[in-house]
Amino acid sequence: MKNDGIELKITVCPGITREGVRESFERIDIMPGDTISIVGPTGSGKTAFINDIEVFAQGDTVTGRRILVNDELPSEELIRDPACKPIAMITQNTKCLADLSVDGFLRMHAKTRGNCSDTIIADVVSLANNFTGEKITRDSRISSLSGGQTRSLMIADAVMISDAPILLLDEIENAGIFKEEVVKHLKGLNKAVILVTHDPYISVLSDRRIVMSGGAVVNVLSPGDSESEILKKIKSIDIELSNIRERIRAGEIIGGVSH
Amino acid sequence: MSVKLMVVAGPPSAGKTSVIRQMIRHLRETEKVAFLKIDVVAAFENEELEDEFGIPTKKVYSGDMCPDHMSIMVIRDALEWAESTGSTVLICESAGLCLRCTPYFTNSLGICVMSSLSGTHAPLKMAPMIGLSDICIVTKTDLISQAEKEVFRECIRQVSPDMDIVETNAIQGTGMKYLFRRVDSAPVLDSMDDLELRGIPPLGVCTICIGKKSVGWQNHCGVLRRLDDDENIYRGE
Repeated sequence: MKNDGIELKITVCPGITREGVRESFERIDIMPGDTISIVGPTGSGKTAFINDIEVFAQGDTVTGRRILVNDELPSEELIRDPACKPIAMITQNTKCLADLSVDGFLRMHAKTRGNCSDTIIADVVSLANNFTGEKITRDSRISSLSGGQTRSLMIADAVMISDAPILLLDEIENAGIFKEEVVKHLKGLNKAVILVTHDPYISVLSDRRIVMSGGAVVNVLSPGDSESEILKKIKSIDIELSNIRERIRAGEIIGGVSH
Repeated sequence: MSVKLMVVAGPPSAGKTSVIRQMIRHLRETEKVAFLKIDVVAAFENEELEDEFGIPTKKVYSGDMCPDHMSIMVIRDALEWAESTGSTVLICESAGLCLRCTPYFTNSLGICVMSSLSGTHAPLKMAPMIGLSDICIVTKTDLISQAEKEVFRECIRQVSPDMDIVETNAIQGTGMKYLFRRVDSAPVLDSMDDLELRGIPPLGVCTICIGKKSVGWQNHCGVLRRLDDDENIYRGE
């Protein structure tokens, strides 16, 4: 399914709400290069939604949703073999357990993919370093990386070594990584990225927003250009907040806000 | 007789009972399930499953004996017990001591459960337990990176190239449909004569096994080994 020039389209077909009513959307198509955010209050079914995509649900999860690949039932190999699976999911719980160096860890993975060159290892580390402010080196121990470094490395690994065309990211904003960099980079690579998020900037930056409530999709919004003004404003607020965050981290007393 | 025997093996805390819960939920629509738990000194699964599902359960403490050794001893009695309760399926859960064997039987379904948190080399260390099973369930895969998931699977394939591997978060029940398919087509055991061990487990019968506390080969009889020996030696009484 990878690098073979075939466009991969994922379709989510409606399930049932917690009240037993069919969800109101007809179908949600996810194409390469799409950026979609999943929004809604805690407990509204956001994680269940990306879980359905991750396991290629066929009416066998609590939501009753079905997932199609290029309008067909996905093959068993595609679903079951992680090396064929076109989806990588990174959640807040996802960890690298191996007690290895970054280099050793990436090599171990690249070897199972039959693609273990020095170049790819260097590329993964350099991409990961685009996503985090704390520099990762090849000889860092995996077990001593911070949350943000680990998350950055896993995203870079999923993008480059697994070469997964679809990434599911569950609340990555909490890990302190450069979320905008991640979204833009993945878009540039023509990857589909689906983010569960509470972050206003990420939500508005996405092409589409899927709104969840009571375990069901209640709306799919494509704001288009109508939000381009507010996006600029949110971006400047986000930058301002980032600056304040950095100053707090640096141990400053926040007296006045610099513009 | 006519009972489907399913043996669920794996290290402690791998998620065997969570897998069994999902199996019972699925099986009870068409079958009557009985459950046997064998453990060394403490186990609660039988009470939990009896409370939750109202099925006949039994527990055996193996004490000084390896639980897998114990299961070989009691399995015929257990099948008779299951049949006497009107059950059509017996699920036997056992955590062996060294994880190098775990007795799977002929004419039954052997299910190996391993946690993906046990490290990427774990499949190689537990090779015999994987190699003789029919299906390998890898649990807690929601907690590890994509890279380790792939490496873990590759290690299982090194042990057993054609192994049927199911990755799951057993509490949520993801991926279980592939296990259920095997469970539904599990062989029916018609006669005790058709029940044999699939492989020979490394069970040592020696003076340590019967409770002698002294150390060093000098102080023991039976199957012995000195540090530089290439093979076991035997010394009679």
